Amino acid sequence: MAEYTMVAALNAALREAMANDPRALVFGEDVGELGGVFRVTDGLQRDFGRDRVFNTPIAEAGIAGICVGLCLAGWRPIAEMQFDGFSYPALDQVISHIAKYRYRTRGHAEMPIVIRIPSFGGIRGKEHHGESPETYYVHTAGLKVVVPSGALDAYRLLSLAIADPDPVIFLEPKSRYWAKEQGDLAIDGPRIGRAWVRREGGSCSVVAYGAMVSRCLEAADGLVGEGIQCRVVDLRSLVPLDLETLGESVRRTGRVVVVHEAPRTLGMGAEIAARIMEEAFDYLEAPVIRVTGYDVPYPPAALEQRYLPSVERISAAVRRAVSY
Amino acid sequence: MSTHENPQDHALVQLIAPDGTPAGDTDVGLKPDELRDLLRMMILARRLDRECMALQRQGELTVYPPFEGQEAAQVGSAYALEPEDFVFPSFRELAAGVVRGVDVVKYLQYHRGIWHGGAYEPLANRFAPICVPVATQIVHAVGWAMGAKLDGLRACSLAYFGDGSASEGDFHEAANLAGVFRAPAVLFCQNNAWAISVRLEEQTAGPIFKRAEGYGFPGVRVDGNDVLAVYAVTKAAADRARAGDGPTLIEAMTYRMGPHSTADDATRYRSSDEVNAWRKRDPIDRYLTYLLAAGVAEEAFVADCEDEAKEWVADIRTAITSVGPPPADELFAFAYADPPEALERDRRSVEESGDG
Repeated sequence: MAEYTMVAALNAALREAMANDPRALVFGEDVGELGGVFRVTDGLQRDFGRDRVFNTPIAEAGIAGICVGLCLAGWRPIAEMQFDGFSYPALDQVISHIAKYRYRTRGHAEMPIVIRIPSFGGIRGKEHHGESPETYYVHTAGLKVVVPSGALDAYRLLSLAIADPDPVIFLEPKSRYWAKEQGDLAIDGPRIGRAWVRREGGSCSVVAYGAMVSRCLEAADGLVGEGIQCRVVDLRSLVPLDLETLGESVRRTGRVVVVHEAPRTLGMGAEIAARIMEEAFDYLEAPVIRVTGYDVPYPPAALEQRYLPSVERISAAVRRAVSY
Repeated sequence: MSTHENPQDHALVQLIAPDGTPAGDTDVGLKPDELRDLLRMMILARRLDRECMALQRQGELTVYPPFEGQEAAQVGSAYALEPEDFVFPSFRELAAGVVRGVDVVKYLQYHRGIWHGGAYEPLANRFAPICVPVATQIVHAVGWAMGAKLDGLRACSLAYFGDGSASEGDFHEAANLAGVFRAPAVLFCQNNAWAISVRLEEQTAGPIFKRAEGYGFPGVRVDGNDVLAVYAVTKAAADRARAGDGPTLIEAMTYRMGPHSTADDATRYRSSDEVNAWRKRDPIDRYLTYLLAAGVAEEAFVADCEDEAKEWVADIRTAITSVGPPPADELFAFAYADPPEALERDRRSVEESGDG
């Protein structure tokens, strides 16, 4: 069985998409010879040429904006924003155009765009290199938003995102880029819009995405000794949200803890708590508990582990839910 | 200091002087019937624009941004394009849309609040949806041009924008990208002196066309009320783009005779003297005088155009005023190609409630 880092798995997904679809283009800052600052596009320019894999000027609004024109010309853009914190200049093009173009044109102009954004914290990054931008995109109708938690699913989700007819914001958890996972790269498996139950358990559901999934699994392992069995749900897809799996989790466990790196206010936890009440309120045996980043700017490296949900904070929340 | 009132301060391409006399070589390669067609298009466009103002005042359109005064800039430039070229308008380019054959009634559905972007088919008309966020469409035009170049097409894109748009970051990013990728794009600025109430001197301190040099491609300033000059510089820029020689920035000096939109009151910020001075530079009067003197058109042709315009806008009025709201399910219909289940649930609940 092969072993992959998330970077290698993402690279393989891009490589196959480029080989299979002659209309696919990869572009962004430093994606050419360098292979991107995280090397996700390593070797693509060499293998697919400078026409289809190209560096852009430092112009995030421009990168997002040319995606629209390229789609109108029949291309399939796969763009990279260098970092979460540098993706904000592109928000106007994403919100005002990429998300709305299909609607505005009554379905005549589709926007099969993927925007990859290395995101989230945990790598001792400088300011602007550890942000959780998902809510901006989740709140923007017309987009899909996905977040892989490991290498194999990153391959699957990116392959599916590139094939998707709608624009997909693809948030890559930087702190998992170099984590290895054993297995085979395959597109078969859960589609975009489906969550993935990573661990079964009847005591409490723990819902997370991205880098927080591995922390939740670690917390779940540690709680076994206390007689607590967690059902760990990896959302993978923030839009569409898998309401069916969320509802089923509540019905099975009656208790839910939601974990994310993003600040608490109006984070995914708020949405998930509300959806859970709408889907399965009668099955709840405890309030939904959120374990999140705090409502502060993302902190410097020396403080980031105090900001990020830790295994201890997650475990404590599960204990509270179970003992409620 | 950037001056709008004295565009002659800078190299200005002008073929017909404001009084209608030739000011340069007026042989731009158009046949007499094409020269007459330019006049006809401007007459149709002006009549349509005034009808739209009336329709808005009568409550048949929501808000309308008039283009009166800018007919030559729009008709001359759009007329210079080929069918395979792609136009990226802002929100004031109805005259260009008319030249491109866009269905006016479908276009006006935007201003009637029926559908964002207009209900015409952008890909069929090669005329992008109406674009309101200032300057954003310039980037789309450059992206389309990059795609056309990758396909080896002999085609260009043309982005319309205003003097105010040139202050946006997206203008800069688009122009820089166009230069770096030698994209076959024409960046067409209609400098109409006013960005709502902000005069050019408050918008920028230098001539907009000169910025092209910094991006590594040519910039040209043209008399935007001289339809032949606009046609000639746009044709040259489009030919250049299609030949693989890259983008051109055109700054067409014109004037917005009306308010920014029907929601604006231009008397609060500009004098009637200024407006009257520009009335004397009217693009239609100027070209008409030229055509009559050159013997290309006769008064009878002009009368025919006026009659055609009158009938045409009457038909448009009848058609647009009878367009009702779209069916309720269109609230959801086009947001996604593959919609989320949660959205489908909302759609079904609206259906079941019969709210439509």
